[in-house]
Amino acid sequence: MDLEGQGRIRQVVEQAGTDGVIAVLGANSPTAVEMTALTLKSGDPSYAGSLAGIALGIPSYHILEPEITGQVDGALYDRELALSALAMDVTEVIAPMKAIRES
Amino acid sequence: MDLRGKRVLVIGERDGVNAPAIEACVRSAGADVLYAETLCFV
Repeated sequence: MDLEGQGRIRQVVEQAGTDGVIAVLGANSPTAVEMTALTLKSGDPSYAGSLAGIALGIPSYHILEPEITGQVDGALYDRELALSALAMDVTEVIAPMKAIRES
Repeated sequence: MDLRGKRVLVIGERDGVNAPAIEACVRSAGADVLYAETLCFV
């Protein structure tokens, strides 16, 4: 997650709180997914952004995790997600998510 | 995890699934979107 994005998310969370808040990600690489999920849970691991040292505790899910896609309207899934699900290695990309949520 | 009633930070990616697509999908499942952004890694 870029530094400006961290600042914007910090602002949103300061105004709205973190109750009932989750993140849903769309990145196509396990590394990008892992870095974003760690930043939102425990703070920026690179200590470069405004979320450095701030453990928001927000759980992250990937939009293509079965737990999420199972709740999405079928026609919308076909239109918005089906092609991405074919283009990326979903199993590899979502692999870090559960471990980070449960750590 | 039930998306209904959840408040969602949407962080899409240009080369993966972009934010508007994620936003439409989570709204269809009953979630509210607090924030949406599409990242671009080049």
